[in-house]
Amino acid sequence: MEKKKKIIDLERRDMPKQSPEIRRSNFIEVAFGYSEELAVAEAKRCLQCKKPFCMDGCPVEISIPAFIKSIADRNFEESIKILKNKNCLPAVCGRVCPQEEQCEIRCVLEKKGAPVAIGRLERFAADWEARQSGESELPEIKPSTGKRVGIIGSGPAGVTVAGDLILEGHEITIYEALHEAGGVLTYGIPEFRLPKAIVRREIEYLKKLGVQIKLDYIVGKTKTIDELLKEYDALFVGSGAGLPWFLNIPGENLNGVYSANEYLTRMNLMKGFDFPDSTTPIKKHDRVAVFGGGNVAMDCARTAARLGADEVYIVYRRSRNELPARLEEVENAEEEGIIFKLLTLPVKLNGNDDGWIKEIECLQMRLGEPDESGRRRPVPIEGSEFVLPVDACIVAIGNSPNPIIAETTPDLKISKRGTIEVEEETGKTSKDRVWAGGDIVTGAATVILAMGAGRVAARSIHEVLSG
Amino acid sequence: MFEVLKKEMIVPNMHMITVLAEEIAEKIEPGHFIIVRSHSDSERIPLSVSGWDRKRGELSFIFMEVGASTGRLARMRVGDKINNIAGPLGRKTEIEEYGTVVCIGGCFGIGSILPVVKGLKKKNNKVVTIIEARSKNLLYWEDELARNSDKFFSITRDGSFGYKGHISRAGELLKEKGIVPDRIIANGCTFMIYKVSKDLAFFNVPTIVSLNTIMIDGTGMCGVCRVTVDGNMKFACVDGPDFDGRFVDWEELSKRRKQYIDEEAFLVHNSGCGGR
Repeated sequence: MEKKKKIIDLERRDMPKQSPEIRRSNFIEVAFGYSEELAVAEAKRCLQCKKPFCMDGCPVEISIPAFIKSIADRNFEESIKILKNKNCLPAVCGRVCPQEEQCEIRCVLEKKGAPVAIGRLERFAADWEARQSGESELPEIKPSTGKRVGIIGSGPAGVTVAGDLILEGHEITIYEALHEAGGVLTYGIPEFRLPKAIVRREIEYLKKLGVQIKLDYIVGKTKTIDELLKEYDALFVGSGAGLPWFLNIPGENLNGVYSANEYLTRMNLMKGFDFPDSTTPIKKHDRVAVFGGGNVAMDCARTAARLGADEVYIVYRRSRNELPARLEEVENAEEEGIIFKLLTLPVKLNGNDDGWIKEIECLQMRLGEPDESGRRRPVPIEGSEFVLPVDACIVAIGNSPNPIIAETTPDLKISKRGTIEVEEETGKTSKDRVWAGGDIVTGAATVILAMGAGRVAARSIHEVLSG
Repeated sequence: MFEVLKKEMIVPNMHMITVLAEEIAEKIEPGHFIIVRSHSDSERIPLSVSGWDRKRGELSFIFMEVGASTGRLARMRVGDKINNIAGPLGRKTEIEEYGTVVCIGGCFGIGSILPVVKGLKKKNNKVVTIIEARSKNLLYWEDELARNSDKFFSITRDGSFGYKGHISRAGELLKEKGIVPDRIIANGCTFMIYKVSKDLAFFNVPTIVSLNTIMIDGTGMCGVCRVTVDGNMKFACVDGPDFDGRFVDWEELSKRRKQYIDEEAFLVHNSGCGGR
């Protein structure tokens, strides 16, 4: 048989998006997602490698070439089935995973500058399923084992553990401190990047599988880990990042200074944009500065712009190359008119007589020698002081782990940073029958890394419970 | 959902609700607070707890109707369901054997000081309780508090019951009676606990006040409740709500509490009677 050489298509299909001028004044999702035609065309670009390197980059081990092949064959139902085999949150991951540094960076076509858009295809398959009428087919659930697993936190780590273990026949209860499930997906990531209807749908799917969710339940307070251990065969702690960090500069308790958590929670969990129809307000400010350069900082800046600010700044002490945010989010922010004050260090916040912030004293920096993280250390330029007038600022420089569980579980080993220590291969903590994963273990990281940690822990829990 | 078992307006504008909340009632201690969200579109509001019955799984809290959210809560009736209650939150009030402890309650704090008084008595303290209000008709639980205290005084601004004056009167009153406290504990509105911290500072003893800051989650996540205590940033929800009032930055606290005063007023004045 004559072997035909495959023609390589190097046109990575773009997703249609709302134009920057329009989207800056609404909260609707920025990208519309692929049409069927675009998705099939993009899927056909996949070379179906015998040795798919992309899969090495996926923390939850999705059979990437297989789900893409199904899309190329227009068998969308099959593609979502393959995704859901390994990933209980495909609509979420297709949107917020940093594919450019996980699966797509390993794609053979990356070298040609046009990796297959794996994330966009994942999103397409999940959204296709959501549009179908009628109930989606539930996967097979193994007969009951009679074992009970309690999960603390309904964020990405917790729901992954729940989704994996319910299929193995264990009885699952999730405890959530807030009044709505989803963790950071619900309170943190804004509607324009991850519509809440999608999060709710994924949570409903877990409930359909039989997962119980107890809201308003603060483990460590309402009941301690030791008390829950009397009711459960195993516990998984995925309580997430907790207490916001501040810069420790003068003026941070002025009115109009927010933690990113507060700003985003007012907006997303409490629906502040809907005030007065919702009763928790969020203020419209004219000039807003966001401290930090990660995805959360971009989310805050873009939220402030949508609430009607005239000028929004990202204030970051290193240069554009070092911004920890996904490039896609940085570009989106730039398109929306967010002003990047790079190599800028805030040193003091000044307020007016009523206690409201009015300006930030800043220093201009330059990049010096590399530091421990390998990034070039920012050093202040002498005599470069300047003042940035603002009426609000948002501190988005990260979180330390919530101390409630650590404080009330004396024999749980905690690191100096306040994170829970676990065995990396299993997610086991120092305490018998207790596992942990996600931001409470790693410090603030990504949705998919938390899901990966959940998968590792779920496997270990299942092994122990069936052993 | 939490069923309302009892509901009464105990003095004008001040309400007490008792709910069935077995797991919270099991764990609650003096000084803890809860987060209450009356309806599915309501704010999360932090409230002090004024009593509980572990056996029956009941929990009571007293609050003043000051705005839209407390207004909706105040309109709930027996049999209604409160959408969300989370707790217990914060650190409990430290209760040890101190000697003589002066407990001061005002407003909703007359209710929340009662469990503190009872706890202190159990630890063999001599408890002197002082409650204050503008006028006699705003005082409540006098008998219950008096019964549980070694000495009991009340202060009203118009002199209609007990001593006449503001809470500032408490200092002289204690001196007149020869009472030297080893510790002072005060629950109530921000102005009252601020006055207590300042006016009774000459006793030079720990003056524990329960702060009521703005909060959202109440579990340490949002940081809107931050206060400066002795020069350090603290979160009232996880580090408090009890702090030594002598070291609290009261000016900052009072400004931070006013951040949403316009929005609160807007909701009250546009509450659906045709104004909007």
